[in-house]
Amino acid sequence: MHPVRKQRLILVIVLVALSSAAVGFVTYAMRNNMNYFYAPSAFAAGEVPFGQHIRAGGCVVPGSVVRAGDTLDVRFAITDGDANVEVVFDKILPDLFAEGEAAVVTGTLQRDGTVRADQVLAKHDENYTPPEVAESMGANASCGNGAKT
Amino acid sequence: MAWQWFHRLGSPRWFYQNTGAWLPWLALASVLLLVLGAVWGLGFAPQDSKQGNSYRIIYIHVPAAFLALAGYYIMAISGAIGLIWKMKLSYLVMRAAAPIGAVLTFISLLTGAVWGKPTWGTYWVWDARITSMLILLFLYIGVIALSRAFVREQVADKACAVLALVGTVNIPIIYKSVDWWFTLHQPATIKLTESSSIDASMFYPLLTMIIGFYCFYAWTLLLHTRNLVLQREWRTSWAQQALRGEPLAAGK
Repeated sequence: MHPVRKQRLILVIVLVALSSAAVGFVTYAMRNNMNYFYAPSAFAAGEVPFGQHIRAGGCVVPGSVVRAGDTLDVRFAITDGDANVEVVFDKILPDLFAEGEAAVVTGTLQRDGTVRADQVLAKHDENYTPPEVAESMGANASCGNGAKT
Repeated sequence: MAWQWFHRLGSPRWFYQNTGAWLPWLALASVLLLVLGAVWGLGFAPQDSKQGNSYRIIYIHVPAAFLALAGYYIMAISGAIGLIWKMKLSYLVMRAAAPIGAVLTFISLLTGAVWGKPTWGTYWVWDARITSMLILLFLYIGVIALSRAFVREQVADKACAVLALVGTVNIPIIYKSVDWWFTLHQPATIKLTESSSIDASMFYPLLTMIIGFYCFYAWTLLLHTRNLVLQREWRTSWAQQALRGEPLAAGK
Protein backbone atom coordinates (compact mmCIF):
# COMPACT_ATOMS: atom_id res chain seq x y z
CA MET A 1 0.00 0.00 0.00
CA HIS A 2 1.21 3.45 -0.91
CA PRO A 3 2.60 5.29 2.15
CA VAL A 4 0.25 8.27 1.62
CA ARG A 5 -2.78 5.96 1.51
CA LYS A 6 -1.55 4.11 4.55
CA GLN A 7 -1.33 7.42 6.37
CA ARG A 8 -4.88 8.29 5.35
CA LEU A 9 -6.06 4.83 6.42
CA ILE A 10 -4.54 5.41 9.86
CA LEU A 11 -6.21 8.82 9.99
CA VAL A 12 -9.61 7.30 9.21
CA ILE A 13 -9.14 4.63 11.89
CA VAL A 14 -8.10 7.27 14.43
CA LEU A 15 -11.13 9.38 13.50
CA VAL A 16 -13.53 6.49 14.05
CA ALA A 17 -11.78 5.34 17.23
CA LEU A 18 -11.68 8.78 18.83
CA SER A 19 -15.27 9.71 18.00
CA SER A 20 -16.44 6.30 19.22
CA ALA A 21 -14.49 6.72 22.43
CA ALA A 22 -15.98 10.19 22.97
CA VAL A 23 -19.53 8.94 22.48
CA GLY A 24 -18.74 5.87 24.55
CA PHE A 25 -17.57 7.96 27.52
CA VAL A 26 -20.62 10.22 27.29
CA THR A 27 -23.06 7.32 27.25
CA TYR A 28 -21.14 5.62 30.04
CA ALA A 29 -21.35 8.76 32.15
CA MET A 30 -25.08 8.94 31.47
CA ARG A 31 -25.66 5.22 31.90
CA ASN A 32 -28.29 5.69 34.59
CA ASN A 33 -30.25 8.14 32.48
CA MET A 34 -30.10 5.79 29.50
CA ASN A 35 -32.44 3.41 31.27
CA TYR A 36 -36.04 3.93 30.33
CA PHE A 37 -37.31 2.74 33.70
CA TYR A 38 -36.26 1.67 37.18
CA ALA A 39 -36.37 -1.99 38.12
CA PRO A 40 -38.28 -2.84 41.31
CA SER A 41 -35.01 -3.62 43.12
CA ALA A 42 -33.95 0.01 42.55
CA PHE A 43 -37.07 1.01 44.52
CA ALA A 44 -36.11 -1.39 47.30
CA ALA A 45 -32.59 0.05 47.35
CA GLY A 46 -33.99 3.57 47.76
CA GLU A 47 -32.54 4.85 44.47
CA VAL A 48 -35.83 6.23 43.23
CA PRO A 49 -36.77 9.81 44.23
CA PHE A 50 -40.15 10.51 45.83
CA GLY A 51 -42.65 12.84 44.22
CA GLN A 52 -40.89 13.02 40.84
CA HIS A 53 -42.09 11.67 37.53
CA ILE A 54 -40.41 8.28 37.17
CA ARG A 55 -40.94 5.01 35.34
CA ALA A 56 -40.94 1.53 36.75
CA GLY A 57 -40.76 -1.65 34.72
CA GLY A 58 -41.12 -5.27 35.56
CA CYS A 59 -43.25 -8.31 35.41
CA VAL A 60 -46.85 -8.07 36.59
CA VAL A 61 -46.98 -10.49 39.51
CA PRO A 62 -49.54 -13.23 38.75
CA GLY A 63 -52.51 -12.93 41.08
CA SER A 64 -51.68 -9.42 42.17
CA VAL A 65 -54.11 -7.52 39.93
CA VAL A 66 -57.03 -6.18 41.95
CA ARG A 67 -59.73 -4.22 40.15
CA ALA A 68 -62.28 -1.99 41.85
CA GLY A 69 -65.85 -3.08 41.15
CA ASP A 70 -67.34 0.29 40.28
CA THR A 71 -64.42 2.35 38.86
CA LEU A 72 -61.45 1.81 36.58
CA ASP A 73 -59.12 1.80 39.58
CA VAL A 74 -56.70 -1.08 39.47
CA ARG A 75 -53.89 -2.14 41.72
CA PHE A 76 -51.09 -4.55 40.85
CA ALA A 77 -47.50 -5.38 41.72
CA ILE A 78 -44.52 -5.58 39.39
CA THR A 79 -41.40 -7.55 40.14
CA ASP A 80 -37.92 -8.23 38.80
CA GLY A 81 -37.55 -11.36 40.88
CA ASP A 82 -35.80 -9.59 43.75
CA ALA A 83 -38.31 -6.97 44.85
CA ASN A 84 -41.90 -5.93 44.26
CA VAL A 85 -43.43 -2.52 43.67
CA GLU A 86 -47.14 -1.80 44.14
CA VAL A 87 -48.77 0.26 41.41
CA VAL A 88 -52.14 2.02 41.47
CA PHE A 89 -53.74 3.19 38.22
CA ASP A 90 -57.10 4.69 37.32
CA LYS A 91 -57.26 4.60 33.53
CA ILE A 92 -57.75 1.96 30.84
CA LEU A 93 -55.02 -0.66 30.68
CA PRO A 94 -53.50 -1.60 27.28
CA ASP A 95 -54.86 -4.74 25.60
CA LEU A 96 -51.68 -6.73 26.09
CA PHE A 97 -51.47 -5.96 29.79
CA ALA A 98 -51.74 -9.25 31.66
CA GLU A 99 -50.52 -11.05 34.72
CA GLY A 100 -47.19 -12.67 34.03
CA GLU A 101 -46.42 -10.14 31.27
CA ALA A 102 -44.03 -7.23 31.52
CA ALA A 103 -45.30 -3.67 31.91
CA VAL A 104 -43.76 -0.22 32.16
CA VAL A 105 -45.59 2.36 34.27
CA THR A 106 -45.03 6.11 34.45
CA GLY A 107 -45.98 7.90 37.62
CA THR A 108 -44.80 9.21 40.96
CA LEU A 109 -43.50 7.24 43.91
CA GLN A 110 -45.64 7.88 47.00
CA ARG A 111 -44.37 7.93 50.56
CA ASP A 112 -46.05 4.60 51.24
CA GLY A 113 -43.94 2.96 48.54
CA THR A 114 -46.62 2.62 45.89
CA VAL A 115 -46.35 4.17 42.44
CA ARG A 116 -49.36 6.28 41.42
CA ALA A 117 -49.29 5.72 37.66
CA ASP A 118 -50.67 8.02 34.99
CA GLN A 119 -49.62 5.73 32.14
CA VAL A 120 -49.24 1.98 31.89
CA LEU A 121 -47.59 0.44 28.84
CA ALA A 122 -47.38 -3.25 28.04
CA LYS A 123 -43.84 -4.37 27.30
CA HIS A 124 -43.85 -7.12 24.76
CA ASP A 125 -41.21 -9.83 24.95
CA GLU A 126 -39.13 -11.08 22.04
CA ASN A 127 -40.99 -14.37 21.68
CA TYR A 128 -43.31 -15.08 18.80
CA THR A 129 -45.31 -18.28 18.93
CA PRO A 130 -48.45 -19.50 17.17
CA PRO A 131 -51.40 -20.12 19.57
CA GLU A 132 -51.24 -23.93 19.25
CA VAL A 133 -47.55 -24.01 20.11
CA ALA A 134 -48.06 -21.65 23.06
CA GLU A 135 -50.85 -23.91 24.34
CA SER A 136 -48.83 -27.09 24.05
CA MET A 137 -45.95 -25.44 25.90
CA GLY A 138 -48.32 -24.96 28.80
CA ALA A 139 -47.54 -21.82 30.77
CA ASN A 140 -48.31 -18.80 28.63
CA ALA A 141 -46.71 -16.26 30.95
CA SER A 142 -43.48 -14.83 29.59
CA CYS A 143 -42.03 -13.67 32.88
CA GLY A 144 -42.72 -13.90 36.58
CA ASN A 145 -40.56 -16.92 37.28
CA GLY A 146 -37.81 -14.59 38.31
CA ALA A 147 -37.03 -13.84 34.68
CA LYS A 148 -35.46 -10.48 33.93
CA THR A 149 -37.68 -8.31 31.79
CA MET B 1 0.87 -3.93 -8.81
CA ALA B 2 -1.17 -5.85 -6.32
CA TRP B 3 -3.72 -3.08 -5.89
CA GLN B 4 -4.45 -2.58 -9.57
CA TRP B 5 -7.67 -4.62 -9.58
CA PHE B 6 -8.94 -2.42 -6.79
CA HIS B 7 -8.32 0.75 -8.77
CA ARG B 8 -9.95 -0.70 -11.84
CA LEU B 9 -13.01 -1.49 -9.73
CA GLY B 10 -13.10 2.18 -8.88
CA SER B 11 -13.36 3.29 -12.49
CA PRO B 12 -16.81 4.78 -13.08
CA ARG B 13 -16.85 3.56 -16.65
CA TRP B 14 -15.97 -0.03 -15.72
CA PHE B 15 -18.66 0.07 -13.05
CA TYR B 16 -21.29 1.47 -15.40
CA GLN B 17 -20.54 -1.06 -18.13
CA ASN B 18 -20.48 -4.12 -15.92
CA THR B 19 -23.26 -3.55 -13.45
CA GLY B 20 -25.93 -3.02 -16.11
CA ALA B 21 -26.20 -6.76 -16.64
CA TRP B 22 -26.81 -7.43 -12.92
CA LEU B 23 -29.83 -5.18 -12.67
CA PRO B 24 -32.52 -7.45 -14.17
CA TRP B 25 -31.38 -10.38 -12.01
CA LEU B 26 -31.42 -8.35 -8.84
CA ALA B 27 -34.81 -6.91 -9.80
CA LEU B 28 -36.20 -10.37 -10.46
CA ALA B 29 -34.81 -11.81 -7.22
CA SER B 30 -36.10 -8.93 -5.09
CA VAL B 31 -39.59 -8.93 -6.61
CA LEU B 32 -39.90 -12.72 -6.32
CA LEU B 33 -38.63 -12.87 -2.76
CA LEU B 34 -40.61 -9.86 -1.56
CA VAL B 35 -43.87 -11.10 -3.09
CA LEU B 36 -43.27 -14.62 -1.75
CA GLY B 37 -42.29 -13.38 1.70
CA ALA B 38 -45.17 -10.91 1.94
CA VAL B 39 -47.85 -13.40 0.85
CA TRP B 40 -46.36 -16.10 3.09
CA GLY B 41 -45.92 -13.82 6.09
CA LEU B 42 -49.13 -11.83 5.82
CA GLY B 43 -51.40 -14.59 4.55
CA PHE B 44 -50.15 -17.96 5.65
CA ALA B 45 -47.94 -17.63 8.71
CA PRO B 46 -49.88 -18.35 11.92
CA GLN B 47 -51.10 -15.64 14.29
CA ASP B 48 -49.09 -14.79 17.36
CA SER B 49 -50.56 -16.25 20.53
CA LYS B 50 -50.56 -12.86 22.30
CA GLN B 51 -50.55 -10.16 19.66
CA GLY B 52 -52.83 -11.82 17.14
CA ASN B 53 -52.38 -10.42 13.65
CA SER B 54 -50.67 -7.16 14.58
CA TYR B 55 -47.31 -8.90 14.90
CA ARG B 56 -47.25 -9.32 11.11
CA ILE B 57 -45.75 -5.86 10.75
CA ILE B 58 -42.51 -7.63 11.76
CA TYR B 59 -42.24 -8.72 8.11
CA ILE B 60 -41.62 -5.10 7.11
CA HIS B 61 -40.21 -3.65 10.32
CA VAL B 62 -37.34 -6.06 10.95
CA PRO B 63 -35.97 -6.26 7.37
CA ALA B 64 -36.16 -2.46 7.02
CA ALA B 65 -34.31 -1.97 10.31
CA PHE B 66 -31.69 -4.59 9.33
CA LEU B 67 -30.94 -2.83 6.08
CA ALA B 68 -31.01 0.60 7.69
CA LEU B 69 -28.14 -0.52 9.94
CA ALA B 70 -26.24 -2.56 7.33
CA GLY B 71 -26.69 0.24 4.80
CA TYR B 72 -25.07 2.68 7.17
CA TYR B 73 -21.92 0.55 7.21
CA ILE B 74 -22.00 0.40 3.41
CA MET B 75 -22.21 4.20 3.33
CA ALA B 76 -19.47 4.73 5.92
CA ILE B 77 -17.06 2.14 4.48
CA SER B 78 -17.56 3.60 0.98
CA GLY B 79 -16.75 6.99 2.45
CA ALA B 80 -13.61 5.60 4.09
CA ILE B 81 -12.45 4.00 0.83
CA GLY B 82 -13.08 7.33 -0.88
CA LEU B 83 -10.99 9.18 1.69
CA ILE B 84 -8.11 6.71 1.62
CA TRP B 85 -7.91 5.87 -2.09
CA LYS B 86 -9.43 9.11 -3.44
CA MET B 87 -11.84 6.95 -5.39
CA LYS B 88 -14.64 8.83 -7.14
CA LEU B 89 -16.90 5.82 -7.51
CA SER B 90 -16.69 5.00 -3.83
CA TYR B 91 -17.94 8.47 -2.93
CA LEU B 92 -20.82 7.99 -5.36
CA VAL B 93 -21.81 4.73 -3.65
CA MET B 94 -21.73 6.62 -0.35
CA ARG B 95 -23.97 9.37 -1.76
CA ALA B 96 -26.36 6.79 -3.22
CA ALA B 97 -26.63 4.88 0.05
CA ALA B 98 -27.73 7.90 2.09
CA PRO B 99 -31.30 8.46 0.80
CA ILE B 100 -31.98 4.71 0.61
CA GLY B 101 -30.87 4.28 4.20
CA ALA B 102 -32.91 7.28 5.30
CA VAL B 103 -36.07 5.84 3.76
CA LEU B 104 -35.46 2.42 5.35
CA THR B 105 -34.85 4.02 8.75
CA PHE B 106 -38.04 6.02 8.37
CA ILE B 107 -39.98 2.86 7.42
CA SER B 108 -38.72 1.02 10.48
CA LEU B 109 -39.60 3.96 12.76
CA LEU B 110 -43.04 4.32 11.20
CA THR B 111 -43.90 0.61 11.29
CA GLY B 112 -42.61 0.46 14.85
CA ALA B 113 -44.93 3.30 15.86
CA VAL B 114 -47.91 1.69 14.12
CA TRP B 115 -47.16 -1.58 15.93
CA GLY B 116 -46.43 0.13 19.23
CA LYS B 117 -49.90 1.63 19.58
CA PRO B 118 -51.83 -1.67 19.79
CA THR B 119 -49.01 -3.54 21.56
CA TRP B 120 -47.48 -1.13 24.07
CA GLY B 121 -50.30 1.38 24.18
CA THR B 122 -48.28 4.27 22.74
CA TYR B 123 -46.86 5.33 19.39
CA TRP B 124 -43.62 6.67 20.72
CA VAL B 125 -41.41 6.59 23.78
CA TRP B 126 -37.95 8.03 24.26
CA ASP B 127 -36.22 4.80 25.16
CA ALA B 128 -32.63 4.04 24.10
CA ARG B 129 -33.53 1.88 21.07
CA ILE B 130 -36.07 4.22 19.53
CA THR B 131 -34.07 7.38 20.25
CA SER B 132 -30.85 5.96 18.79
CA MET B 133 -32.81 4.89 15.72
CA LEU B 134 -34.09 8.47 15.36
CA ILE B 135 -30.47 9.68 15.59
CA LEU B 136 -29.66 7.28 12.75
CA LEU B 137 -32.35 8.97 10.64
CA PHE B 138 -30.83 12.37 11.44
CA LEU B 139 -27.36 11.08 10.51
CA TYR B 140 -28.65 9.91 7.13
CA ILE B 141 -30.44 13.23 6.58
CA GLY B 142 -27.26 15.03 7.65
CA VAL B 143 -25.22 13.19 5.02
CA ILE B 144 -27.83 14.02 2.36
CA ALA B 145 -27.87 17.68 3.37
CA LEU B 146 -24.09 17.90 3.55
CA SER B 147 -23.71 16.30 0.12
CA ARG B 148 -25.60 19.24 -1.37
CA ALA B 149 -24.14 21.99 0.79
CA PHE B 150 -20.95 22.62 -1.16
CA VAL B 151 -20.36 24.11 -4.60
CA ARG B 152 -17.40 21.79 -5.16
CA GLU B 153 -18.54 18.20 -5.06
CA GLN B 154 -15.12 16.92 -4.03
CA VAL B 155 -15.33 18.95 -0.83
CA ALA B 156 -18.84 17.63 -0.17
CA ASP B 157 -17.62 14.06 -0.72
CA LYS B 158 -14.97 14.43 1.98
CA ALA B 159 -17.28 16.15 4.44
CA CYS B 160 -19.95 13.46 4.00
CA ALA B 161 -17.40 10.69 4.45
CA VAL B 162 -16.17 12.21 7.72
CA LEU B 163 -19.73 12.63 9.02
CA ALA B 164 -20.65 9.08 7.99
CA LEU B 165 -17.55 7.68 9.72
CA VAL B 166 -18.15 9.60 12.93
CA GLY B 167 -21.74 8.32 12.96
CA THR B 168 -20.71 4.64 12.81
CA VAL B 169 -20.51 4.61 16.61
CA ASN B 170 -24.31 4.78 16.63
CA ILE B 171 -24.75 1.39 14.93
CA PRO B 172 -23.47 -0.83 17.77
CA ILE B 173 -25.36 1.42 20.18
CA ILE B 174 -28.63 0.80 18.33
CA TYR B 175 -27.92 -2.90 18.10
CA LYS B 176 -26.98 -3.41 21.75
CA SER B 177 -29.23 -0.74 23.31
CA VAL B 178 -31.87 -3.30 24.26
CA ASP B 179 -29.27 -5.36 26.13
CA TRP B 180 -27.28 -2.57 27.75
CA TRP B 181 -30.19 -0.59 29.15
CA PHE B 182 -33.79 -1.07 30.21
CA THR B 183 -35.88 -0.20 27.17
CA LEU B 184 -39.53 -0.53 26.26
CA HIS B 185 -38.44 -2.13 23.00
CA GLN B 186 -37.97 -5.88 23.38
CA PRO B 187 -34.55 -7.57 22.91
CA ALA B 188 -33.59 -9.08 19.57
CA THR B 189 -35.74 -11.97 18.38
CA ILE B 190 -33.31 -13.23 15.75
CA LYS B 191 -30.04 -14.16 17.39
CA LEU B 192 -26.88 -15.12 15.61
CA THR B 193 -25.33 -17.25 18.33
CA GLU B 194 -28.34 -18.99 19.89
CA SER B 195 -31.66 -20.21 18.62
CA SER B 196 -34.13 -17.48 17.69
CA SER B 197 -37.16 -16.91 19.87
CA ILE B 198 -39.60 -17.02 16.98
CA ASP B 199 -41.44 -20.09 15.80
CA ALA B 200 -40.09 -21.63 12.59
CA SER B 201 -43.43 -21.19 10.82
CA MET B 202 -43.10 -17.42 11.35
CA PHE B 203 -39.35 -17.26 10.89
CA TYR B 204 -39.03 -18.62 7.34
CA PRO B 205 -41.24 -15.94 5.77
CA LEU B 206 -39.29 -13.37 7.78
CA LEU B 207 -36.01 -14.75 6.47
CA THR B 208 -37.43 -14.59 2.93
CA MET B 209 -38.33 -10.94 3.47
CA ILE B 210 -34.88 -10.14 4.87
CA ILE B 211 -33.10 -11.71 1.88
CA GLY B 212 -35.60 -9.97 -0.40
CA PHE B 213 -34.84 -6.63 1.25
CA TYR B 214 -31.11 -7.26 0.78
CA CYS B 215 -31.66 -7.90 -2.95
CA PHE B 216 -33.90 -4.85 -3.19
CA TYR B 217 -31.27 -2.77 -1.43
CA ALA B 218 -28.54 -3.92 -3.81
CA TRP B 219 -30.80 -3.21 -6.76
CA THR B 220 -31.72 0.33 -5.73
CA LEU B 221 -28.15 1.10 -4.63
CA LEU B 222 -26.82 0.05 -8.04
CA LEU B 223 -29.51 1.99 -9.88
CA HIS B 224 -28.90 5.11 -7.86
CA THR B 225 -25.11 4.85 -8.11
CA ARG B 226 -25.34 4.40 -11.89
CA ASN B 227 -27.41 7.58 -12.10
CA LEU B 228 -24.86 9.47 -10.04
CA VAL B 229 -22.03 8.12 -12.23
CA LEU B 230 -23.74 9.48 -15.33
CA GLN B 231 -24.49 12.79 -13.61
CA ARG B 232 -20.86 13.29 -12.68
CA GLU B 233 -19.29 11.92 -15.84
CA TRP B 234 -21.73 13.30 -18.38
CA ARG B 235 -19.04 15.36 -20.12
CA THR B 236 -16.96 12.29 -21.03
CA SER B 237 -17.49 10.66 -24.39
CA TRP B 238 -18.41 7.26 -22.94
CA ALA B 239 -21.12 8.79 -20.77
CA GLN B 240 -22.48 10.73 -23.75
CA GLN B 241 -22.59 7.45 -25.63
CA ALA B 242 -24.37 5.74 -22.76
CA LEU B 243 -26.86 8.59 -22.47
CA ARG B 244 -27.69 8.26 -26.17
CA GLY B 245 -28.32 4.59 -25.51
CA GLU B 246 -25.47 3.35 -27.68
CA PRO B 247 -23.56 0.24 -26.58
CA LEU B 248 -20.21 1.04 -25.03
CA ALA B 249 -17.03 -0.29 -26.54
CA ALA B 250 -15.23 -2.63 -24.18
CA GLY B 251 -12.86 -0.44 -22.24
CA LYS B 252 -10.91 -0.63 -19.11
